[in-house]
Amino acid sequence: MSHIVINTTINGEATEFLADERDSLLEALRERVGLTGAKEGCNNGNCGACAVILDGRLVNSCCVMAAEIEGSQITTVEGLAQRDHLSPLQQTFLEDAALQCGICTPGFLVASHALLAQNPDPTEHEVRFWLAGNLCRCTGYDKIVRAVLHTAEQMRKA
Amino acid sequence: MQAVKYVRAASVQDAVRLLQDGGATARVLAGGTDVIVQARERRREIRLFVDVKHIKELIGVSYSARGGLTIGAATPCYQIYGDANVRQRYPTLVDASSVIGGTAIQGRASLGGNLCNSSPAGDGIPAMIVLEGVANIAGPGGERTVAIEQFCTGPGRNVLAAGEFVVSLHFPAPAAHSGARWMRFIPRNEMDIAVVNAASQLRFDGNRVSWARIALGAVAPTPLLVAEAAAAVVGKPLSDETIAAAAAAARSAATPIADMRGSIKQRKHLVGVFTERTLRGAAERAQGAQ
Ligand SMILES: Cc1cc2nc3c(=O)[nH]c(=O)nc-3n(C[C@H](O)[C@H](O)[C@H](O)COP(=O)(O)OP(=O)(O)OC[C@H]3O[C@@H](n4cnc5c(N)ncnc54)[C@H](O)[C@@H]3O)c2cc1C
Ligand code: FES
Ligand code: FES
Repeated sequence: MSHIVINTTINGEATEFLADERDSLLEALRERVGLTGAKEGCNNGNCGACAVILDGRLVNSCCVMAAEIEGSQITTVEGLAQRDHLSPLQQTFLEDAALQCGICTPGFLVASHALLAQNPDPTEHEVRFWLAGNLCRCTGYDKIVRAVLHTAEQMRKA
Repeated sequence: MQAVKYVRAASVQDAVRLLQDGGATARVLAGGTDVIVQARERRREIRLFVDVKHIKELIGVSYSARGGLTIGAATPCYQIYGDANVRQRYPTLVDASSVIGGTAIQGRASLGGNLCNSSPAGDGIPAMIVLEGVANIAGPGGERTVAIEQFCTGPGRNVLAAGEFVVSLHFPAPAAHSGARWMRFIPRNEMDIAVVNAASQLRFDGNRVSWARIALGAVAPTPLLVAEAAAAVVGKPLSDETIAAAAAAARSAATPIADMRGSIKQRKHLVGVFTERTLRGAAERAQGAQ
């Protein structure tokens, strides 16, 4: 096993950590950095539960090697809230009951956050297409899609 | 995960040296959406990842009317379909790159990776074939170019020799009065491997088709350029008859297998349907371009 030092910025904070060279970004976040928000669903790129934002782009952290992120900026679901204040998306997901078991929720929140950052007024079709790589076994998707549209509407008014 | 090491290549020469020194168990790492999963599931023995995303020639899209379009082999899909020149002049690349995986896959996945993974169903490959794409390859013996239709040699296999890798993909500037279209059949709306994919390009001289290319995927050990199908539409106006003849030629060129995604009969049928649809789509785009 060979260890490597990784320097990166996670949720706005300069972070240095030691990883196994064969860690995925998902494994490194969860087991080395202690950020367990990103979830392992499939570990092969299909479910989106491990989604994070890497240098401004939505990616599945199970399909990125930890070694690749040297010098990068990462946002995880832990970075969405401002201290004790949930982000508008997080608040609306709760209020609109857009989750049941919750395993998919961090991925949906991060993916939806990335969508609204570049498109504050998406159509329902755009939301569904954008979230096609996020799987949910519980909600049937409707409440998630509506919560994203609802948040977008609230944010445009605010 | 296997005990894989990681190294960033700083230049084309650096990558060639690393791949050569690493031998058969060294792999290029582009977007990683195929190769990281393959390494984890131990579908291949991989000891070294050579990350090529920090080599300047590997990332980016550039176009000129004389030179055509050059795409760095590791450029992620979102950057390809987000490029104004690609959207305007090569919508066929948008057709394919905007449905490879979902948003998070498109944040990493490259067309160079799609080609080099050499899956018979790789969605980008038929689109690149009908656009007369070539792969610019660097290796220990220097540089060479290979036409996309000659690149794949079998499922997961291609022409790359030890130490070689793809630097960029090149496409000529679109001809006057031309149009091209790529489509696929999947049982869901998105996020699935193609049962069949197909692409066509048509060039017109007045109302006659003067030149055509038709390519198919997921129906043979490699993506196919089907010259007999193209020949069926050339020299005449595009009509129901010429389209039917092209579809029949495409069906006879297809040698699909049966698997959980589709039977041989279904795939053969779909080849005809998607030859027709992409021909009509190409004609529509050629019209729009005039
Ligand atoms: C959830 C999911 C959905 C997917 N959906 C689709 C889909 O709809 N359609 C589709 O076609 N594919 C799909 N794929 C497969 C994959 O995303 C694509 O094939 C993608 O284009 C691969 O590009 P990459 O940059 O990630 O390649 P990588 O994984 O980095 O590399 C793939 C292979 O090519 C080699 N390679 C990469 N770049 C080079 C180079 N420049 N020179 C030499 N060798 C190189 C690598 O060593 C490796 O063997 C999907 C994958 C996942 C995980
Ligand atoms: S765990 Fe990464 S996509 Fe499912
Ligand atoms: S809430 Fe259970 S998987 Fe989505």
